[in-house]
Parts: sequence; structure tokens; C-alpha cells
Amino acid sequence: MLGRTLREVSAALKQGQVTPTELCKKCLSIIKKTKYLNAYITVSEEVALKQAEESEKRHKQGQPLGDLDGIPVAVKDNFSTSGIETTCASNMLKGYIPPYNATVVQKLLDQGALLMGKTNLDEFAMGSGSTDGVFGPVKNPWSYSKQYRERQRHDEHGDSHWLITGGSSGGSAAAVAAYTCFAALGSDTGGSTRNPAAHCGLVGFKPSYGLVSRHGLIPLVNSMDVPGIFTRCVDDTAVVLGVLAGHDPKDSTTVQDPIKLPMILGEMDVSRLCIGIPKEYLVPELSSEIRSLWSQAADLFESEGAKVIEVSLPHTCYSIVCYHVLCTSEVASNMARFDGLQYGHRSGIDVSTEAMYAATRQEGFSDVVRGRILSGNFFLLKENYENYFVKAQKVRRLIVRDFMNAFDSGVDVLLTPTTLSEAVPYLEFIKEDNRTRSAQDDIFTQAVNMAGLPAVSVPVALSNQGLPIGLQFIGRAFCDQQLLTVAKWFEKQVQFPTIQLQDLMDDGSLVLENGKLTSVSLT
Amino acid sequence: MSVQASPTLFMAMATAATATSAHPDVVSIARVAPPSSLRRTRSKEMWARALRVRFPATLNRGRGFASKAGPQGKVQEAGQGTHSPRLATQGAGRVPAAKIEHLERLALVNFGSREAVARLEKAIAFADQLHAVDTDGVEPLESVLEDRCVYLRSDNVAEGNCTEELLRNSHHVVEEYFVAPPEMNPQPRNFPKNGQHSYLNKKAHLYTPAHILTPEI
Repeated sequence: MLGRTLREVSAALKQGQVTPTELCKKCLSIIKKTKYLNAYITVSEEVALKQAEESEKRHKQGQPLGDLDGIPVAVKDNFSTSGIETTCASNMLKGYIPPYNATVVQKLLDQGALLMGKTNLDEFAMGSGSTDGVFGPVKNPWSYSKQYRERQRHDEHGDSHWLITGGSSGGSAAAVAAYTCFAALGSDTGGSTRNPAAHCGLVGFKPSYGLVSRHGLIPLVNSMDVPGIFTRCVDDTAVVLGVLAGHDPKDSTTVQDPIKLPMILGEMDVSRLCIGIPKEYLVPELSSEIRSLWSQAADLFESEGAKVIEVSLPHTCYSIVCYHVLCTSEVASNMARFDGLQYGHRSGIDVSTEAMYAATRQEGFSDVVRGRILSGNFFLLKENYENYFVKAQKVRRLIVRDFMNAFDSGVDVLLTPTTLSEAVPYLEFIKEDNRTRSAQDDIFTQAVNMAGLPAVSVPVALSNQGLPIGLQFIGRAFCDQQLLTVAKWFEKQVQFPTIQLQDLMDDGSLVLENGKLTSVSLT
Repeated sequence: MSVQASPTLFMAMATAATATSAHPDVVSIARVAPPSSLRRTRSKEMWARALRVRFPATLNRGRGFASKAGPQGKVQEAGQGTHSPRLATQGAGRVPAAKIEHLERLALVNFGSREAVARLEKAIAFADQLHAVDTDGVEPLESVLEDRCVYLRSDNVAEGNCTEELLRNSHHVVEEYFVAPPEMNPQPRNFPKNGQHSYLNKKAHLYTPAHILTPEI
């Protein structure tokens, strides 16, 4: 069952081939087995089993709610979940139990999905490695895959050389990649869903800004944040997006355009497609393997009749700088709400309000978060406001214009790498600080957030080291369905291999034949 | 390894690619067999040509940013021959102590160490690269939805009445109030001297009634 698509499992549940409780228990046992990945901060076992029970009742009565009824999912820990601790991987919110559900969480629950737990992340979603949260770093399941391990030297079989998942939604990525759930929610502000998706061999989707509600997503950058979706195949993403997309009266940045549901991705005539390759994305730091795959992908489209043209996004080299200024500025504003009075951590220092606030924020926030707040406040000082913040907003418009010009020249979809390289070992990653890493790793992804466009990272092939590499498709605003249709076609062409997780294969949980998942034991 | 982009670089990369393309370990997309009409063997030459054709502009790319926004001074020195802006460590100015204090007071966050100040200085130097962009006549972009009429709901109370739940999340409450410590330099107040208001004279200072709050962070 675990290797099937959402629709297949949903059909199996409807036909009684498997029950929601069996699925739930299986996923919970895999969560336990893969605990060393540190993908979950909170495992909501009781909640999930209760939901499974209710789902089972509905299925017995022949009244399932939809394609997600009875399906295990996971949610990143910066989405508010009623009655379940929501920490954002920070001391500031340790023990915080929200009194409400984020809209996207509510929508999943209303469709009968089973909430397995809250996944790990970089603190307050700031980072590109999922290494900077207070609950520790997340380990990439591919570090333990047969494909990776057999290409390493024997003396490196110890656990010290494990790889990062990428970030900041690394926990959600690891959760889906390790078969603990079928889909997971992440957030995407500068690439936080697409980056770990590429490193973990998953489909990582960033919807258009304004398509999916942000109500309940603890905000980082209000003008760029969106909820992101992780799944093992593009069709599953469409199922989840169909549930999540739509106007939310509680989020006035969601548009009111009607959405065609259900979101079914049809066949596509590739010969009518125009693919754009942004030349500025060919940077020297890009690994040769990814460059080669990028080129092959372009050739693939061309060989099927698509028009593949080079486009220019001239302000690309400034986009990471622009993102840095806008991000830190909005962060400085959003983090101001954490003062210890109404929720979250509160310092014992009670001498005065200011002293209490300062101490609370010192104790509650990590260096990374405090650094961004201070930088942001610097850019927002009266004397700097025009030169930095407003300047960055102007550069943002130029970047958006670049994309518009590219699309106006007839391009339907842009094709770019997602990351500079495959996942790196943790020990390697931490040699540079968070800000430097973010600036490096977000290079292909953050411009998309500034323009509010939809984008998806699709796993393409394994590197020479046996690690996943993904490529990114970027679409026009609110053309999410078309984008996913292109991605689905591409996914079918590349046939990305299944992860061969030693632990799950050893105990018979996953059975593979010729690299394909053939069956899963439910006992 | 630092790589300098140059006209010959891409050719070198392309040549390297051709040398390995025939090797069984080379990374390639495993795909379903295309229709026979499209099935063709890629010779080494075609492979190199494909890469060159795909990215021809890089052959003519000189040093520095090839961008209409003419890079000047700082930017060029920062990231020669690359597309990604580098840290202009030479240009990182020192932030004066008074400014540091001011920022700490505004942000209510301490720097805590010399390293943190250095990180801010690097962040500023990084941001300074924006000044190389010509934004004359460009309006700032606040939201990508600026061309749309976004929905504003009517100003009616639609939910709330969750005082208990809200109070539960706070560490210090008194009846239905959140409690805050006193201000730093409170003005003297004229409270009556009888015992009725002695509560107000204690350390605690009343803050926001919980019942007017809504649940969202």
C-alpha cells in the first residue's frame, strides 16, 4: 500500500482491501523505526488512531469524505494545530498549544486525513538545512539508502557522515521520503519546500501566492510565504492541492478566483509547449551533474516537439540580495509579537517590561533568529528605510518584471535546477553559518517567491553518489494546474527510482523488485 | 575550488562532458524508450554540441555580471566572474556602538557578542550590493497581488469567546488579565491612600483583557 498513489490507496480503502487503522498503525510503526531521522517533533499517535477509527466507520458505511479520507499525513511544526503542541522548533514556543487549526490543516482534517504528527524544521523556518531547530537536525533518509551506502567506502558506514535534508521543511520531506505518511505540508518562503524535496527525492510544490490560505501558518515573510506540499508523485500533489486551494475569508491575501475541482491532471501535448531556460541560472557553482541533467531535460522536451528557448532574467544576480533585505525586514516585524506576555516562553526577569521582553527574546530565540531580527531592524531604521527597504522593494518589481517578460515572450514554463548540488553531509554543511548557507542554497528558488509564482521540484535521477537530484519548473501565476501537468509528464519520462531503505527492507516492510516497490507488509 | 567563468570554461566543461558521456557511470535520465522515430544514438559530438547549443551565451560571457544594471565598484570587486553576489568583506563597515545600542533597544534583542555584530556588518555589506541597480522611475512593489481587489470581510464579530483557552497559554494571569511587569520609568501617579487601591501599588501592572483578543498568533 505504501508504494501506491493517493488515489490508489483511497480506492483500496473504499473497497475494503485495507483499513484506515491498518494504514495508521503501519505508518506509526515506521515512524518508530525511523526515529533516528528526527523528522517528527510531535507524533500525535492517539489523535491519529482516533481519526482512523472515525474514518473506518465512514468507509464501512460507504460514506468516505473524499480521496484523502483515511490517508496519513504530516504537518510542519509552524502550522497551528488545535490541541497539539506547535513549536516552530524554537524555545520561544515550546509548550505552546494553539487553540485553533490553521486553515490548511482544517481542510485536511475535514477531508478525513489522519494527522501523524508535527514535523521538524529550522527554527521559525529560517534556514536551508533543517539543522538549526532546538530539537536537533533532521537526517536525510537517503543517507541510509542502499543506493547511497553501497557507493561509499566501508569505513564511512558509521553514522557520522549522514546527510542533511535541506530546509527549512526538512522534517516533512524526511517523513514522506521514509514512507511514514503519504503527503506532508511544508512552507515555502525562499525555497523551503522545493529545496528539501530535491534533496530527498520528492515532489515539492509551491503554489501561487494567494492560492492557498496562510491563516494559521506562523508567518515569516507575509508577502512571500505559502504553504507547500510534499508527495511522492505529482498526481498526489494535485489531489492535496485540490483540497487546500481556494479563497479563505480569514486570509485576505487569498484570491477569490474560482478553482476547477477536482484537480485532475490530464494528458499534455508537449509539442505545443514552450520551455524557457533562464541563462543567468547557469552559474559556475552549479554541479556538473545537475548541469548535465538540466541539459538532458531540455533536450527531452525538444525531442518530443516542444519549443525550448533561452530567456534572460537580467536581475537574477540581485535577487538573493533583495530577498535578504525584504526577508529580514518582514521577519523583524513578525517576530515582534513574541514578548512572553500572552503565549510562549516568558523569562523569569520581572524588573520591568522592557527587561522582561529583552530577556524573553534572548532566551527564546536562537542566534540565527536574533541575527535576522537585528538586520531587519537595521534596514527599517528611518535613515536606512529608503536606501535598503524601499530600494529592495523596487528591485523586487524589476525581478517580477523579468519573469513577466519571459512569460510574455511565449514561454509557458521555465526549467531550472532546484539546488546547486545533491545533499551534503551535515559536518560539511555546518562549516558555514546559516545566513551564508541560505544565500547559497536559495539561489534558484527565492526569486520565485518574490514574484509569487507557482513552482515545483521534480526528482529526476540519482547522482553518481546515489543521491537524488531534482529540477524545478516555474509557471505563470495561478496556472498551477498547467504547471503540474507539465511536471506529471516529465515525471513519467524520467522514472525516478524508489528509495531502498535498508531498515524497512530488512524487516519486510518494503519489498522491492528491480528498484520498484512491489508490496508492503502490513503486519 | 573557485571557478572563474571565461569563454573557454564552458568549452572545457563541454569537453569533459563528452569524455564521460560514454562512461557507464555517468548520470543520465533513465527514461521510457522514445518512439522509434526519435530513437537515436547520441554520439560524443552531438553530446558536446547539445550542451553548447543549450547554453551558448556563456561562451561570450566575460567577467563580472552580464546585466543591464551596470555593476559598479563594490559589486565587481565582490564577485568577479561569477553570477552570485559574494560577501564584500573588504567593504564591510563598522556599525557604531551607539547604533548597536539603538538597534538593541528597538528590537528588544541583544547582540550578545562581537560575532553577532560582525554578522550584522556582513549582512549590511551584502545588502549594499543593491545600490548598483538602477531603479529610477521604478515603484516599490509591496504585494504581488497589487493589481487585484482583495477581499476584506465586514467588521463584524464572527468568533471569539475563547477567554479560557487564551489565558491558558500565558504564564502569568490574574483573573482575566495578562500581567506585565511595570514600565521602565513610570510617571508618579496620584492614587488614593486608602487600602482600596493597594493592589495597583504592587509590582504587577495590568495589561490587556483577554476577552477582546482573538486566538491567532
